[in-house]
Amino acid sequence: MNKGKVSFNKQLLIPIAALVALALFNLIKDPSFFKIALGTNSAGDPVLSGYLITILDYGSELAILAIGMTLVTAASGGQDISVGAAIAIAGSVILRVLCGTNSRPDTLQAPIIVAFLVACVVAMLFGAFNGILVAYFKIQPMVATLILFTAGRSIAAWINNNELPIISEPKFGYFGGYIPGVPIPTPFFIAIICVIIIMLVLKFTTLGLYTQAVGINGSSSRLNGINPQFIKFLTFVILGLCVAVAGLIKVSRLSTINYSVIAKDIEMDAILAVALGGNSLSGGKFNMTASILGAYVIQFLTTTLYKMNVQSDALSAYKAVVVIILVVLSTPVVRKKLSQLGAAILPNKKEA
Amino acid sequence: MRKMGKRILATLLTATMMVGLVACGGGASDGGTTSGGDSDSGSSSSSGGTIKVGIINNDPNESGYRTANDKDLKEMFSAENGYDASFAYSLKNDEQITAAQKFIQDGVDYLLLSAADTAGWDSVLKDAQDAGIHVILFDRTIDASDSLYDASIVSDMAKEGETAANWLKDQNLDEYNIIHLQGVMGSAAQQGRTGALDDLAKENGWNIVTQQTAEWNAEKAQQIVQSVIDSGEKFNVIYAENDDMAKGAVEALDKANISHGVGKDVIVMGFDCNKWALEELLAQNWNYDGQCNPFQAKYIDDVIKTIEGGGTPEQKTIIMEEKGFDASTITQDDVDKYGI
Amino acid sequence: MKDNAVLELHNINKSFPGVRALQGVDFTLRKGEIHALMGENGAGKSTLIKVITGVYEKEEGEILLEGYDHAINIHSPQHAQDVGISTVYQEITLCPNLTVAENMYIGRTKGAIQNWKKMNEDADKILKSLDIPAKANQQLASCSLAVQQMVAIARAVDMECKVLILDEPTSSLDDNEVQKLFGLMRDLKKKGVGIIFVTHFLDQVYEVCDRITVLRDGKLVGEYEIADLPRVELVSKMLGKELDDLSDIKGESDNTDALEKAETIFEAEGLQSDAGIKPFDFYIKKGEVNGFTGLLGSGRSECVRAIFGADRVINGTVKKNGKTIKINKPIDAMRNGIAYLPEDRKADGIIGDLSVRDNIILASQVLRGFLKPISKAKAYKLAEEYIDMLDIKTASADTPIKSLSGGNQQKVILARWLLMHPEYLILDEPTRGIDVGTKVDIQKLVLKLASEGMSVTFISSETDEMLRTCSRLVVMRDRKVVGELKGDELTQSGIMKTIAGGDNNE
Repeated sequence: MNKGKVSFNKQLLIPIAALVALALFNLIKDPSFFKIALGTNSAGDPVLSGYLITILDYGSELAILAIGMTLVTAASGGQDISVGAAIAIAGSVILRVLCGTNSRPDTLQAPIIVAFLVACVVAMLFGAFNGILVAYFKIQPMVATLILFTAGRSIAAWINNNELPIISEPKFGYFGGYIPGVPIPTPFFIAIICVIIIMLVLKFTTLGLYTQAVGINGSSSRLNGINPQFIKFLTFVILGLCVAVAGLIKVSRLSTINYSVIAKDIEMDAILAVALGGNSLSGGKFNMTASILGAYVIQFLTTTLYKMNVQSDALSAYKAVVVIILVVLSTPVVRKKLSQLGAAILPNKKEA
Repeated sequence: MRKMGKRILATLLTATMMVGLVACGGGASDGGTTSGGDSDSGSSSSSGGTIKVGIINNDPNESGYRTANDKDLKEMFSAENGYDASFAYSLKNDEQITAAQKFIQDGVDYLLLSAADTAGWDSVLKDAQDAGIHVILFDRTIDASDSLYDASIVSDMAKEGETAANWLKDQNLDEYNIIHLQGVMGSAAQQGRTGALDDLAKENGWNIVTQQTAEWNAEKAQQIVQSVIDSGEKFNVIYAENDDMAKGAVEALDKANISHGVGKDVIVMGFDCNKWALEELLAQNWNYDGQCNPFQAKYIDDVIKTIEGGGTPEQKTIIMEEKGFDASTITQDDVDKYGI
Repeated sequence: MKDNAVLELHNINKSFPGVRALQGVDFTLRKGEIHALMGENGAGKSTLIKVITGVYEKEEGEILLEGYDHAINIHSPQHAQDVGISTVYQEITLCPNLTVAENMYIGRTKGAIQNWKKMNEDADKILKSLDIPAKANQQLASCSLAVQQMVAIARAVDMECKVLILDEPTSSLDDNEVQKLFGLMRDLKKKGVGIIFVTHFLDQVYEVCDRITVLRDGKLVGEYEIADLPRVELVSKMLGKELDDLSDIKGESDNTDALEKAETIFEAEGLQSDAGIKPFDFYIKKGEVNGFTGLLGSGRSECVRAIFGADRVINGTVKKNGKTIKINKPIDAMRNGIAYLPEDRKADGIIGDLSVRDNIILASQVLRGFLKPISKAKAYKLAEEYIDMLDIKTASADTPIKSLSGGNQQKVILARWLLMHPEYLILDEPTRGIDVGTKVDIQKLVLKLASEGMSVTFISSETDEMLRTCSRLVVMRDRKVVGELKGDELTQSGIMKTIAGGDNNE
């Protein structure tokens, strides 16, 4: 009689159903989709390959961003559309610190960890900027983050004097590739670490409760001693941190950056992940696990579409179709019909 | 009191943002609309000794090509060379048209234009003509009567594609299984470079494993190639329509331990001749890179000199010289000279 | 159908997961009568109304409506309106930024083109015929709450309704405004409209209604002529038990002397917030129950909000046990042992989507701090404890609070603050919009807490509640404290005199 479990599962049902549908589709279409092979890469290290591995690999940045986006959505009832531009900034900062003044250094000018930490600080500052606009000036999140969305990529280019730095140090590639001897892509581990951290934070602090309370009823939260503005601000700063991590993976994948296209449209995928997780985009209650799962489902979809040789500029159209289906399925009208249908088919199960 | 404080904070923030933007423009000496010299509109340039030019270009952050192109223009149209240049950047056609109208109002002598889109320029160029302003197109052509402009300095993308495709044919491979990574669909570069490969593939019965657009984007290219690798299909050529996409493809190859370059399993071809790409050629990691010459400033300067001297350019359409580099013959000099 | 009936319900059944909300309920509404629907929280009043208005679909039973040969199935609120059933809800559901006329006609024009002039003329005609003091082209927000409520009724009436349902229309109105509303109801009654009136105010039932139907636990208790059912019997039917003598709850023992000797725990001097109240002085002793009274809008709530730091304090000092403390925001007050149950439960009290459990632990959790979450197991335990103690009717501790009835929501909020073990508890209208039984429970609880040493401020629009519970009353008029009553002065007439003003206490 654990009622908590029941409601917990209900929300997870949405991304899981989408995942199962995609998996079934691939199974029927071409079972080799699920093949995973162990090979070696050009450095002679063992690596796993296959579509599933690709999904875990490329879905990771999205999963990390979904963490922050979920919190921002829950607390502010809106979304940050500047994450793609902010990733460009964070990536640019990392390269700038690593390269120093020379855009093609033979050796790294600073340890990678230092570059990463600087990027974290910068990304959190930009998150704070968004957070201040939203929390203290009460600007609609989408409008507030439009500023950085517009200016971000130019700022990223300016950080590196418009040059395109390239890192030749192979170690830098580990974050977006493989650590020698480990056959699983590093981004997946980074995502796991982030997930563990956020789960611990949600367990050992009251962030989850406060964020939801603020998102549902700010006035009431304030009368319970919560500072709603600060909580909103905080979620944007946390998203900033997620952006820095995603930025590290992105620039590490190619060891370079292209300011205008790096992480392009990723904000939409991150928002979609939150929605796919069954979370209300107008804020309030959230389920972090569902969002993260949602992120991987989106990558599953993307990879499936690539496999089917769908033109990549048409990907967003397909995604839009999926969104429409999901949104319609999650409306109360359809849910009611579905549960009636379910009750009709399985009359006993409901009683059980 | 608190409200006042908030207002001050708001102003400060806005100001900071502005400074950030300006610094962004100033520090890198590009981005945003910067005006070289005081724009004393109305004063005719020829009498004042300097020639007033309005330059409308795409965003220099778009690619290495554009960055080099912008830098080249900035160096050429400087005060030392007798120019008073104003720059406007946008990737959107309507914003570019607005900028052109502003330049016409400012009374520039020459309007230099790299159009984002081929259509919609007729009326504004007519206005320019009525105002006695010379129009010179660079890098990109437009769908308009050639009476509306004085000269057009362009790359011949189809020719670039032909050079590359012919080079590929000359490799005399036993079989051709090609991954074709296209640029943004509909762009002149994509159409030219795709057309040439399509023609030769048909003629010679080459197998195109996949033909998809990665929208000039390395990340997308990486995913597309990854997808082909995951599918287990055979391929031995990567024909990427720019260097970024070739780089993305190579990252995917490296991950899967597929060798590439001179005498290896997969031939890698790119375009644009970024310096780093040419270095890859020099290191034998890639096989071919086609030039797309961004250095139009010299050609434009010649045209302007001719017009100022009372003449007319010999040809309306000036096609720049462009090379294709082969990894087996490239030298360090080439890298330094042609790398952008 | 019965003679004269406009609406008949037979054997209505409706259940929700875990609750049988309505079981075989019959209900008859006659032409030109005002029919009170009474019952405790969770008795099924709201559910029944929602079945009639098409918000819920009944599971069993039939609905007969005058003018239809067969039982009809009302499947949506729009459909209910179309067949002549109109509803005015407790919370005004109009658009404050539109004009009165627009609010009356919004969503009702068939074509795309709106004849504004005709609409305004029509609206003025109706407003005049119903004697509503508003102009058609006036912005709704500029009308008083009562007038807004009347506009909502005018809107409903103009839909040529046969059945008008008024769901707690008087809860935010003052006496004067209530009288105006009753006048309107009587007019409509004369015109033959059948009115279903849902309220918690017994006085109002006896003032205006003809008949009463009582529900309890989802079942019909009975239908009575008003003359046949004395108040005490009505209350006992609603509760299902004999009612304690309400006037007795304070007990005979007069503890005024003990309180005189008790130490003052909180005192404020020249306190003023940015909510527009005049500076006021205030004190409360340990174990004392005091109250703020005054007409609606006199500044009662603003005073306690200033003490709690809910509004921004711009002047004055607060002392606890003689030591000056600083209260800038609610958390400061909470740290000093002050709890505040706000007036507007929906806007300031509940966190709708969160569970009963989270709602109960929230304040205590905030007080514990960000890094010390209450474990899930402990939270369950605490929640269950208070659900039992306050007899909160909920399916489980995980149920979202918004699906509870008003009175049970209020109990959850009360539980939240009791869990904090405050030294000083401020209750702002804790009994508004909840049933008689719960009201008594809350009053008893207040006195019990005070006897255990807690200081309580109790605010209520119903003066008799305050007289029963408070030993001292601060009287307010026009955002200013105008007097203080205690001991023998604590009578209805004493309060009236002070509120009305004159020579005393200024």
